This record gives sequence, C-alpha cells and structure tokens, in this order.
Amino acid sequence: MSQIEQQLINGLALGAIYALIAIGYTMVYGVLRFINFAHSDVLMLGAFAAYFLAPLSERVFGPQSITGAICVVVASSALCAGIGMLIELLAYRPLRNRPKLAVLITAIGVSLLIEYTCQHKAVFKAETKPFPRLFPSQDFRFGGLAISSNDIVVLLVTVVLLGILWFVVQRTRIGTAMRAVSFNHQAAALMGININRVISFTFGLGSALAAVAGILYAMKAPGIEPLMGVQPGLRAFIAAVVGGIGNLPGAAIGGVLLGALETFAGGIPGISNYRDGIAFAILILILLFKPAGLLGRVQTEKV
Amino acid sequence: MNHQTGAKRYLVLAILLSAGVSTFSHIFNRYYLGVAIDVGINIVLAVSLNLINGHTGQFSLGHAGFMAVGGYAAAVTSIQLSPWVPPALLPLVFLGSLLLGGLAAAATGLAVGVPSLRLRGDYLAIVSLGFGEIIRVVLQNMESVGGASGLKGIPKYTTLGWTFALAAITVYAIACLVNSTYGRGFIAVHDDEVAASAMGINPTRYKVTAFVVGAFFAGVAGGLYAHHKQFLSPTGFDFMKSIDIVVMVILGGMGRTAGVIAAAILLTLLPEVLRGFADIRMILYALLIIGLMMARPQGLFTLGRSRPGTT
Repeated sequence: MSQIEQQLINGLALGAIYALIAIGYTMVYGVLRFINFAHSDVLMLGAFAAYFLAPLSERVFGPQSITGAICVVVASSALCAGIGMLIELLAYRPLRNRPKLAVLITAIGVSLLIEYTCQHKAVFKAETKPFPRLFPSQDFRFGGLAISSNDIVVLLVTVVLLGILWFVVQRTRIGTAMRAVSFNHQAAALMGININRVISFTFGLGSALAAVAGILYAMKAPGIEPLMGVQPGLRAFIAAVVGGIGNLPGAAIGGVLLGALETFAGGIPGISNYRDGIAFAILILILLFKPAGLLGRVQTEKV
Repeated sequence: MNHQTGAKRYLVLAILLSAGVSTFSHIFNRYYLGVAIDVGINIVLAVSLNLINGHTGQFSLGHAGFMAVGGYAAAVTSIQLSPWVPPALLPLVFLGSLLLGGLAAAATGLAVGVPSLRLRGDYLAIVSLGFGEIIRVVLQNMESVGGASGLKGIPKYTTLGWTFALAAITVYAIACLVNSTYGRGFIAVHDDEVAASAMGINPTRYKVTAFVVGAFFAGVAGGLYAHHKQFLSPTGFDFMKSIDIVVMVILGGMGRTAGVIAAAILLTLLPEVLRGFADIRMILYALLIIGLMMARPQGLFTLGRSRPGTT
C-alpha cells in the first residue's frame, strides 16, 4: 500500500515539472500555432544558468541558503526569459507570415543549434556535470512513506507558479491581450493590441517557467548535460497535446497525469523497460479517441 | 504514352548502368564505394519521404522509424534463410528480404497512418515522432534482435548495383504514381484539403496511401542499409536520422524529385567533406537549416517561383 503512495508522490513531483514545461509549449502554440522545439533547450539553459550562478550565491549568502536559492532561481529564469524572447525575435519573427512548416523546421534548427553549440568543447562540453545542492534537503517520514523535501519544494513551487500564471493570464491587461491574440490575431491587432509585444511576453513567460522546471528537474536528475532537456521536453509536449494544446489547465493536468502514469509504469516489472515509450502510447490513444485532447475544444475549419 | 515509354527506357538504362558499374566495383576505393552506397540509400529515403512531405503536403517526422522496421525485418530474414540456401540463390534471398522489409514497414505505416492521418496539421508530426521513439524503445527491448547492443552478423549483400537499381526503381515508381490520374489526388490534397474533398477526393485515403507507399520504400532502404553496414543499432534510427531525411526533402524543394535527389547526394557528401571540422560540423548543419528557411524556404534547387498554387 505504502509503495503505491510512494510512487504517487514521486509521480506527482515529476508530473509537476512536466506541467511547468508543458505550459510553455501550450502558450506558444496558443498565440503562434506552432511547436516551439527549442523550448526543451531553454529548460536545459535554465539548469546550466543555475549551475554557474550557484557558486556565486554561495559566496554571497553562504552555503545552501534559502535566500540564495531563490535568487539563483529568479536570476536563471530572468536570463532564460531573455533568451526565449531573443529566439523569438531572431528566428521566428522574420517568418511570421510564412507557411507553418517553415517555422516548424526553423524551430527544429534552433533547437539543434543550441544543443550542438552547448555540446561544443568550448561551451559546456557533452559530459554530465553534477548539479549543486541549492538548499538543504532531508527526508521526512510519515509512517512507511519517505518524502524528500525536494519533492515538497517541487510541488510547492509548481502550485505557486501556476497560481501566479493564472493571475497573470486571467486578471492582468497583458494576460487579457494574450488571450485575445490566441483567439484571433487580426481582431486583436484591430483592438489596438501590440501583437509583437504580446508574443514576446508569451515567450518570456514560458521560458521563465521552463527555466524553473529545468532547475527542479536537475535537482532530481543525476546531473546536467546539454541534451538533458530533450526527454522531459518531449514528454511535456505530449502532456500539452494530451491536455488539449493551447489550453493552460489542460497542460497542467496532462503533465501531472503523464508524470504519474510514467512513474507507476516504471514500478511494474514487465513494463518498466518500456517506460520511455509509454508517454507516446498514451498520446496515440488520446489522439485516437479524443483528437482535441482532454480539455481541448474541437474547432471547425472555416474555408 | 510516349512520355511513359521514354521514362521506362531511362529506368532500364539506369538499372543496366548500375549493374554494369557494379561489376567493376572491386577496382574502386572501398571508402568511396561505401559513400556511394550511402548516397543511393539516402536517395531512396529522400524520394520516398518526398511523396509524403512534398507531394502530399503532410509532415512526417518518423521516416527513420520505418527504415528501422524494414532494416530489422530484412536483416532477420536474410540471417535466418542464408544458411539454408545454395549460394546461387542468395540474390533471391536478398531481394526477398528487402521486399519483406518493405512490406513490414508498409504495414507499420498503415497502422500508424490510419489513426493519425485523420487529423490535420501538426498532429502527424507529433504522432510520427512518437512512433519513431516507440519503435526505438521496442527494438531496444527485443533481445531476439540484439536489444540495445544491436543486431550483428548481417550478411553483406548490398552492392552498388543493387542500391542504384533500387534507387532508380523508387524514383520511377513514385514518379509514375504521382503523374498518374490517381496521383493527381496527392497534389490536390497538398494544395487544398477542403477543396479536394469537395471534389470527391477522400483526403484521408490519399494521405494513408502516400504514407504506406513512402513507408514501403523507407523499409527497402532500411534493408539496403542493414546489408551494407552489416550491423543495426536502435539508436541509429533516432529522431536525428528522421530530421536528416526531412532536411534533404526541404533542401531539394518539397515535391521536386530532381531537386530532392540532388539534395540527398549533397547532404550525404557534405559530412564526409567536413570530416576535418568534426567539432563544428553539426553547428554548421543547424545554421544551414535555419538559414535555408529564412532565405529560400522553397528549396535550394528550385528556380524562380514554386509550383503554381503552392504557398
């Protein structure tokens, strides 16, 4: 019994990370209708930013201080927000009115460019580096359950960020503008919304969340390397599609669902080897029975 | 009619030529011979993906998956059969294994295509990407075909002649299919799905046909690859391999067979030429993709405007 609960907690923590990444995919899809393949690399850059900032914070705030950890996370996500906006400005904006396929392939190109540049021996090198411990961690015991403080932090951070995101999207002017742009570009522009600024903001917001997710993922993973974003990125993207792409609550639910299912499957002896394929199997099943995703609405195409 | 007999003459000529050159292959440098066979295999892959991504206007990111299915099926067939067959009949075994590989890939293409091709837009890209990953995971866990350490001991049957004869047949078969009355449907689906279905064309059916035919030839290419390298590893058929083939199609100009062939040749030779710059080779490759999309999204080998009606 406690085994199942243990898996549930692990799965929720993994799913929370997927949810944070999935939101970035789904927001960009909402405003621009294309898959931002480079999102998974922004996640990796977030983890590397924290890797390089951690020694700095240790010198200022002392080892494993909570204030220092918060500063590292905030600085890394600000940096990644900038990188995300820069990618949009340089690579995607010039192609705004081109066929979607061209943008999709450019996105793959940008992703490969970041990955290979980071693997180069003059940048981060290809081998895995141990991720520094940002704050003290310990295991709490509840009956037979062992809950690591890392998992609690992951869940807390995710819930807080989702709350902030909800507030930004539903209650602020820029959030309203985002929803308007995702509804209809032209109509939004006619209402006086600066489309470029809204899209830029969307990329920044998504990339900041990805950076936090990257740091949280790095805390659970054995180490960080330039390709670390690929697998969680792919899963999170699937989570976004499963939840209904373009739909924010859908992305969060899809992420948690996928993380939990994957963790459970990893615990079953016969299936555990196929763990990497499970996310895709779920995706294909969902697309078969509910092509628009769990919370997505079916859109009729206008001619 | 006249046009068709002309094309048939070229096909026969190409097959005879590749068979002729192949008999002299022992005098060529082994390295160049290997690269030449790589070129031929990539032509088969690029031309078959061009049917899906170019002519029919879908976006498949799982071509390496079909190649893997075909490669493993063909390799297992020839490994099992070769000891039982007299040497004179070995070419038949090879041909049979290639066919079987193609059919296995086509069957997989049908299974993947039917659910995913009902959907429009980017979903095919996602599903085909996912399918490629599933194939990789399944192959890694199948101990009967070597699992993660790969399948060894595949007989070396692929020659220059076989490769280029099959490349010629692929080009011919796909050109005939696209230029036939039936084939106009692919182009109609590419140009405007809604208008095509208003004209009584079933877009899903055409998309599935393109997908299955494309998968078949990818499977044949996989078989050639298996009997060329004599070793298959699941990681050799990952997402990057699919991207390589997609880039060939884009560089050549979607739906332009001659351009796609030229791009397949160029992109196979380029890494060999850039061997001295191994550490920045892939960075250059990524920049090439981005630059191409910015400057010439219609492909390098397309002169002037793209085909009328395409956007």
